[in-house]
Amino acid sequence: MSDSNIKMVAPPEGVSGEGFFATTLNDVVGLARANSLWPLPFATSCCGIEFMATMASHYDLARFGSERVSFSPRQADMLLVMGTISKKMGPILRQVYEQMAEPRWVIAVGACASSGGVFDTYSVLQGIDKVIPVDVYVPGCPPRPEQIVDGVMRLQELVKSESVRRRSSPEYQELLASYNIK
Amino acid sequence: MSLESTTVQDKLVETFGESVFQFNQEKDVFSFEVAADKITAVVLFLKNDPTLRFHFLTDICGVHYPDNAVERQFAVVYHMHNWYENKRIKIKAFINGETPEIKSLTTIFPGANWMERETYDFYGIIFTGHPQLKRILNMDEMVSHPMRKEFPMEDGGRTDKDDRFFGRTAFNG
Repeated sequence: MSDSNIKMVAPPEGVSGEGFFATTLNDVVGLARANSLWPLPFATSCCGIEFMATMASHYDLARFGSERVSFSPRQADMLLVMGTISKKMGPILRQVYEQMAEPRWVIAVGACASSGGVFDTYSVLQGIDKVIPVDVYVPGCPPRPEQIVDGVMRLQELVKSESVRRRSSPEYQELLASYNIK
Repeated sequence: MSLESTTVQDKLVETFGESVFQFNQEKDVFSFEVAADKITAVVLFLKNDPTLRFHFLTDICGVHYPDNAVERQFAVVYHMHNWYENKRIKIKAFINGETPEIKSLTTIFPGANWMERETYDFYGIIFTGHPQLKRILNMDEMVSHPMRKEFPMEDGGRTDKDDRFFGRTAFNG
């Protein structure tokens, strides 16, 4: 055990004694969620290629607990939207988001997903936050894998500190209602 | 042996007279104009004539000329290709800017179906006789035709644009 190279996540703050460790449920659930975020890649252009590099051995997103890429929205926690989303694709993206089970998070990777990028034109959605709520924006055109990893790590911080009650709070319901999502 | 532009011109003028005009060589493509109401007859003739044999419709697209007289504000451009002689031609048909309508080629070339839908989508040109004239590339909810010149270049829904960073204000303060 001592010569192993495996890094473990530090335990949350709490009270430990002989045979027991006491902490808050929030911290434990947050820790578990943050370190097992299953990504759902929604890749439409070059940012998707950068994400492939991020998932591959060199950058290895699996180190952060995202080993299992879910290509079904039902089992995914983290929707990564990478690339230009045309207005015609907006409803499809929204449907994918609606199919995800709570809790769910969204990262907008790259300039196009965040703001429409250079495609300031009639056919392109000017940022995915026009149709679904976004937690983390990763800038870049396209962003390097380091930036995507940084975005995922920032999302992990959000997930760790999120209250287990947040998803049933009136503020959250209001947020979803503002996007007209049931 | 090869099919000469003059042969094409002579045969067309002989058959259609005044309805085909403005013959000219634009770069390496022989081009001419056709009266819009004769377009199906001319294309059918070009396709079936045993010497012309323009049996392939390469493309259909539109052009908007808002500065032209009303009856010439839209043009539909047809590109045809004779594979036997490797000869290409371009046909332009001008139509009215207020009621842009032209006959569909779908009965002559089934491949015209999607090209005409695209032209309708972007210019609002109505192809009469088309079996399913609806938008093909843009979203169905769209009401405008974005390749028309009066359509704004930039998306009005954009909120992150600060004019100061685009040199559009007098003061960059």
